[in-house]
Amino acid sequence: MTSDSQIKSAANHRRTASSVMTTLTAICAFFAVTILALIIGYIALRGLSAISFQFLTDTPKPVGEGGGIGNAILGSLVLLLLASVIGLPFGIAVGVYLAEFGDGRFASVVRFVTDTLTGVPSIVIGVFVYTIIVLPMRQFSAFAGGIALAIVMIPIVARTTEEMIRLVPTSLREGALALGAPQWRVTTGVVLPAAASGIATGAMLAVARVSGETAPLLFTAFGSRFFNVYLDQPIASLTVQIYNYAISPYDEWHAMAWAATLVLMTLILAINITVRFFTRKKI
Amino acid sequence: MQNLQPNIPTPATTHGASARAWNWRRTFAPTGNTGDTVFRLALFGAAFFLMLVVLVMIGAMAVNSLPSLRQFGFGFLTSRVWSPISGDFGALPFIYGTIVSSLLALLISVPLSLGIAIFLVEQAPRGVARPVGFLVELLAAIPSVVYGLWGIFVLAPFLREWIEPFLARWFGWLPLFRGNVTGIGLFTGGIILAIMITPIITAVVRDVLAAVPVSQREAALALGATKWETTRVVLNNGAPGIVGAIILGLGRAIGETMAVTMVIGNRAQISASLFEPAYTIASVLANEFTEATGELYLSALIELGLILFLVTFTVNGAARLLVWSVAHRAGGGAVGRA
Repeated sequence: MTSDSQIKSAANHRRTASSVMTTLTAICAFFAVTILALIIGYIALRGLSAISFQFLTDTPKPVGEGGGIGNAILGSLVLLLLASVIGLPFGIAVGVYLAEFGDGRFASVVRFVTDTLTGVPSIVIGVFVYTIIVLPMRQFSAFAGGIALAIVMIPIVARTTEEMIRLVPTSLREGALALGAPQWRVTTGVVLPAAASGIATGAMLAVARVSGETAPLLFTAFGSRFFNVYLDQPIASLTVQIYNYAISPYDEWHAMAWAATLVLMTLILAINITVRFFTRKKI
Repeated sequence: MQNLQPNIPTPATTHGASARAWNWRRTFAPTGNTGDTVFRLALFGAAFFLMLVVLVMIGAMAVNSLPSLRQFGFGFLTSRVWSPISGDFGALPFIYGTIVSSLLALLISVPLSLGIAIFLVEQAPRGVARPVGFLVELLAAIPSVVYGLWGIFVLAPFLREWIEPFLARWFGWLPLFRGNVTGIGLFTGGIILAIMITPIITAVVRDVLAAVPVSQREAALALGATKWETTRVVLNNGAPGIVGAIILGLGRAIGETMAVTMVIGNRAQISASLFEPAYTIASVLANEFTEATGELYLSALIELGLILFLVTFTVNGAARLLVWSVAHRAGGGAVGRA
């Protein structure tokens, strides 16, 4: 037998539990946002106090003599360009394959492996590229670094491309097919243009992602103290430069690490926020 | 479409099961249009090449780790000695460091991520959920090396001054919290990992929860359930997907490199204390690969890379299957990218 008061107290208890849990989840969200604010705040604070025009254009110097990250910025651009030239068309092609011919068993395997590849640590991709490019060439090179970044990029681009193409309404396809267009014309002339903005945002996010990669560059592009644009030579990059400055024992270099991070984060946040601003859809 | 060819038995197809199964014309030229065939072949070629890259990846690392495989065999996984000078290489300290730091990360990150995801999907009003969701996603956009920099100069000193002395004082009777408080070690590594995998787990759990049909919530509410009780119904519904999300986070934690390398202390030892420096598989690759002199040293490192690849590939594969099973059941399409 349960009395009235017992039922009431049980109801009270349930209501309290509910509001406690609601508050706890809100605290979790607040905590995560606070961490983000702390990280970005520190970068802005420490980075702004160390950045200068000379820092952005100079090459690294021995400790005590200043120096900068001009060659690292150039190197990162070269690496990103190379990775994009190889990785974007390749990734988009795989994505189109998955979206247009993705029903068979082989396609399922491709989709599964592509998905799983996005979770493979980028340092492993560095090891792989080292064994197939750096070892035979007997030299670290920008080329090897670009290939490593491209391999990181391909699965990301492939999956976003597939999703974007699948959002294109079937009626568009049917209309084009009904007009007598062959399938390849339908895909390249109708479906791809309709999905272009989505594919472009996916591509931009992939570029943002690999621009922050360090691990696959450590033993492929390696790093350099000079300006370099030759693909068969080692090349500097912002991320590896940040790493080298950060683990050094010198305060002066630590300040440079923060300043270089400010440059890198500005690029990455700019891409992410632009993408968010231009697309209403969740990417 | 004119691809409905009648199945005329040709001499080849009558002979055995192997010849009947596959016909290149049906796969690559079903429409009979040359442009279509070329297009199909090109796209198929790209997909095939990607599969080839993965196979070559396994093959190249396996071949290059042969010297180490021959020398140490399975003992590689159980030996605690890592001495480049004497040429003895054992992976156990790295396996230990990787497992402990990843589990610590999960321990902190799972409740946090579940809380955030529940808040975003079940509780926050739309006007709050959108911006907060975006900010949490931004955490995933921060590069590993930046987390490492922040870890060295902000997080590690904070833990050294505030958290670790506190833990040592009150929980020092546990071997976990004994030892020198330096701010650099397994503990800091686990915490930085927790921060890094939180947005990943959150994103997948969010998609999983969003894929649970509204009718489930309506039914619970109609029975008089409170908001939290309704949420529990939703969580039960999405359970396999949530497990998948957690495993996905685990996969990411195992392979995280730069941030961990910068705060974990990089010492190949097995210690019960979380405050002691340790080493992970990914960190030893990042640290020692370019300095590896000698074939055996290099091949031991490449073998570590191969192990890392196989483990993360398996873990991620399992996670994807779990997440897919939920998302496809509910018809949600947005799951699976993280």
